[in-house]
Amino acid sequence: MSMIKFTKDHEWIRVEGHIGVVGITDYAQHALGDIVFVELPEVGKEVTRGSDAAVVESVKAASEVYAPVDGEVTEINVALADEPALVNASPLDRGWFFKMRIANLIELDALMDEAEYQSYLEGLA
Amino acid sequence: MRYLPLTAADRRAMLDEIGVASVDDLYRDVPAAARLPGPIPGLPGHLGELEVERALAAMAAKNVPAGSVPCFLGGGAYRHHVPATVDHLVQRGEFLTSYTPYQPEISQGTLQYLFEFQTQVGLLTGMEVANASMYDGATACAEAVAMANRVTKRHKAVLSGNLHPHYRDTTATLARFTGFEIAAGEPAPNGRESLADRIDAATSCVVVQSPDVFGHVHDLTALAAACQAKGALLIAVVTEAVSLGLLTPPGHMGADIVAAEGQSLGNALNFGGPYLGLFAAKEKYIRQMPGRLVGQTTDADGRRGWVLTLSTREQHIRREKATSNICTNSGLCALAFTIHLTLLGEAGFTGLARLNHAKAVQLAEKLGDLAGVKILNDSFFNEFTLRLPRRAGKVVNKLAKRGILGGVPAARLFPDADGMSDLLLVAATECTTEADMDALARGLAELL
Repeated sequence: MSMIKFTKDHEWIRVEGHIGVVGITDYAQHALGDIVFVELPEVGKEVTRGSDAAVVESVKAASEVYAPVDGEVTEINVALADEPALVNASPLDRGWFFKMRIANLIELDALMDEAEYQSYLEGLA
Repeated sequence: MRYLPLTAADRRAMLDEIGVASVDDLYRDVPAAARLPGPIPGLPGHLGELEVERALAAMAAKNVPAGSVPCFLGGGAYRHHVPATVDHLVQRGEFLTSYTPYQPEISQGTLQYLFEFQTQVGLLTGMEVANASMYDGATACAEAVAMANRVTKRHKAVLSGNLHPHYRDTTATLARFTGFEIAAGEPAPNGRESLADRIDAATSCVVVQSPDVFGHVHDLTALAAACQAKGALLIAVVTEAVSLGLLTPPGHMGADIVAAEGQSLGNALNFGGPYLGLFAAKEKYIRQMPGRLVGQTTDADGRRGWVLTLSTREQHIRREKATSNICTNSGLCALAFTIHLTLLGEAGFTGLARLNHAKAVQLAEKLGDLAGVKILNDSFFNEFTLRLPRRAGKVVNKLAKRGILGGVPAARLFPDADGMSDLLLVAATECTTEADMDALARGLAELL
């Protein structure tokens, strides 16, 4: 069974065992607008919580995507190279960015669950 | 706008407003030893306009303008004929939009010429994409190294010893403040060095110039393959853009990035600046490129138009993570370049390059016959290196007294290197006449 967690920077991480799939939220893709390019990390890259892991570029801005927790990148979504708009069309599914092996599952506790993220978004409005 | 100098009363009012007793009090934080106690010694007081003009004209008359005497100077800056049409056209109103064309609806003239400039640079260098120019060839070279570091995620640049030393120094300055390593080779006046052996797993790029600073022309194909095999990029530097009219473009020899000086086209020597950096790369690296990029598009009515594109790389959006901090290109110099090249056309440009080479061959024949003079080059475009039987710096000074700008002593470019003192770089262009060549040959024959 999987669970999904959210960061204040609008990344999500879906966790299955020790592997987390990372992407950006629907709120983030909407705020960025049409996404034209995604720069992904190299497989094998060690990332730490809050460090730059990817770059997402829209017609009006370029933003960093941060690693939600410590770990190692194990796979990247190569489909985004040809079709970055997948992030707009399917932010929580086909528009995922990378998979990572999570170093400490306990770190996930510091992140928000879906309900907490929803109320966090309402606070931003 | 009138210029109204401050009166003593103005100054007093301003000082009172901020609560400071005197102007000197504003400099209290500067140690006394570092302060000048009074006016700068030797600097004359102010003069009327007529007197200033007279004094400056007298000062300017001490110069020997390159166009007024036989001139064989090169070493990265070349005297070429710039048609009068260029100066006339660059002043047209269509090009006088704001220098940073953020708003395409009022900047189509600027954007169109920059797009054509990029197209020309791409064609000349044999590369897929080019930017809207950099400050000069040396900064283009430094930016190319920074870009190679971003692409490869490595941090050591291997520099050919025959890269122009000003380009090497500019790159080293950027390295010092942005934290990457430079491995610069020793200059090789005979043009022979082994760069491929110096590539290792930490090498982000190899920077090589052709024609190199001593004039030797290099086939970069094998070096490009060696770079590719080890995951490093090949950066090709060109200091004489006219050579691209005759030599194989670096892009056709496998270069990943080309950094070049564009002064030779459309631009005068200008005492060393402003010059024009040309920057081109393979398209797959476009998002790591520095500088402005202009792209072609269509407007709402389907008409062709131009805009700044891929701006998200730039500092006004990307801030400290921008691919460069260069937003200002050398717009006017780029315009002059583009107009000159357009006036020449492809056949005209090739003809200009052939003429340059032919003049240099003729010069080499005349100088190679002189007793004690040896030409070090097996190959060259419009510049080559002589070994003289005495110190080149002294010979050049004596030639200057005879009204001949006899070339660039290699020791001026490489003051700290051994074996440079008797080497002289001489260049010929379409401006060089046979009488000029004879004057130099005669001068050298008498002085050596």
